[in-house]
Amino acid sequence: MKTFDYVRPATVAEAVAAASAPGAAYLAAGTNLLDLMKGGIASPSRLVDVSHLPGLDRIEHLPGGGVRIGALVRNADLAHDPDFARCFPAVAEALLSGASAQLRNAATVGGNLLQRTRCAYFYDVASACNKREPGAGCAARGGDTRLHAVLGWSERCIATNPSDFCVPLVALDAVVEIEGKAGRREVALESFHRLPGDAPERESVLEPGELIVAVRLPAEAAGFSAHARYLKVRERTSFAFAVVSAAAGLRIERATIVEARIALGGVALKPWRARAAEALLTGARPDRAAFRRAAEAALADAKPSGDNEFKIELARRIVTRSLALAAAGTPERMPALPASPFALAPGARIHV
Amino acid sequence: MALSISLTVNGVARNVVVDDPRVTLLDLLRERLDLTGTKKGCDRGQCSACTVIVGGRRINSCLALAVSCDGAQILTIEGLAHGDALHPVQAAFIAHDGFQCGFCTPGQIMSAIGLIQEGQAGDDPERVREGMSGNLCRCGAYAGITDAVLDAQRRLAELDRKDVA
Repeated sequence: MKTFDYVRPATVAEAVAAASAPGAAYLAAGTNLLDLMKGGIASPSRLVDVSHLPGLDRIEHLPGGGVRIGALVRNADLAHDPDFARCFPAVAEALLSGASAQLRNAATVGGNLLQRTRCAYFYDVASACNKREPGAGCAARGGDTRLHAVLGWSERCIATNPSDFCVPLVALDAVVEIEGKAGRREVALESFHRLPGDAPERESVLEPGELIVAVRLPAEAAGFSAHARYLKVRERTSFAFAVVSAAAGLRIERATIVEARIALGGVALKPWRARAAEALLTGARPDRAAFRRAAEAALADAKPSGDNEFKIELARRIVTRSLALAAAGTPERMPALPASPFALAPGARIHV
Repeated sequence: MALSISLTVNGVARNVVVDDPRVTLLDLLRERLDLTGTKKGCDRGQCSACTVIVGGRRINSCLALAVSCDGAQILTIEGLAHGDALHPVQAAFIAHDGFQCGFCTPGQIMSAIGLIQEGQAGDDPERVREGMSGNLCRCGAYAGITDAVLDAQRRLAELDRKDVA
């Protein structure tokens, strides 16, 4: 690991000033950044440790029903906050389906939004990667592409965003509060991450020195609490990133869908909101045929980036099933295996 | 760039000069404080052999910078037993054959203590397995580990009841 200067600012303003220098990076828990530094993928010359900043570790339930989550709230604390989990159960389920208990105890909300892709070629410094080294090429193209993107990718980069947390957040219109040299600004989470295009090294809209200070969910997001699920296919039961995942939220009145929210994970370099699919469900009866139509719409623009065409049909099925699970109702207690497809779909038979 | 930090490790206050900001909490414990019970497996947050309790929470010490842990209360495997009297979780791992080679065991035990304190799993073996899924065991002692965690949790609850009575 390349050595670095370590600074621990006392205020957000000091942090922003310290992190505006070239080569500086913010350190919160470090669960992703230290891993990247050990592998030589990231080599900041200055670490600005924000983990001791006061006031950023609070979950504030806002008048009117929204919530403001401080950027330093730990993933586990948010998932296990009873009021939060009751209002936003799919977010809690997504959090608990990610990483391990140890990592969730350390990893922060802000850090989760900024975690880097798990593309194996990005991680292997002997491979060409446009994200790691702009213009170097993309070794993933024509490589082992099972887990790569099927939506929004470019010739320059076919990596995916690994976050579970961001998937229900984007479905629920989360807003990111950002502090920078010019003061505070807000960005919808849907616009926060960038698709690769011809500049995959630019992963978010953050400018140098800008710091995520909070994530907000609007009051309307709690309106889906009775019918909200996250579903995540992994290559083992637990402690694995998504092959494909989906968050689904429904508002159902008199056996009719009034409003639907759908987002996908593991399919693109950003959490993927499926607005066309949502629109198809408005006014529909919550049945399998409608869910499958929505799933077809959600993947209408998908195309394989290599040997991963299977992910497109897998994603349709995961969207269909997550909607069916949401329609059946949010479970009273968090499932033993959060977001696991091993739990049976409503009305399904056991296939051995 | 030397940085001076204060830690409480297994109940003992320590002032440590960290001569290199790259030192992880894991390396500080093992290489500077001679607490080698905490194991370095993958060193990348994938095996959890390095699990310790920091501020009451189980974390991977390989992915925490020592300098960032300034002021923290740390509990390691060395802080569990009182002389020859094992902690109930240690005793349960022996009683249930919760290991073979033993390399992952300190991390498993610290993780189990964290899991029991978190209180989310109850007596459901599936929830225990899920809650322990960050800790890898190459010997495959998982069945014994799950039994040990459930048994230790029962024993600790009994001890709590006796304390109250």
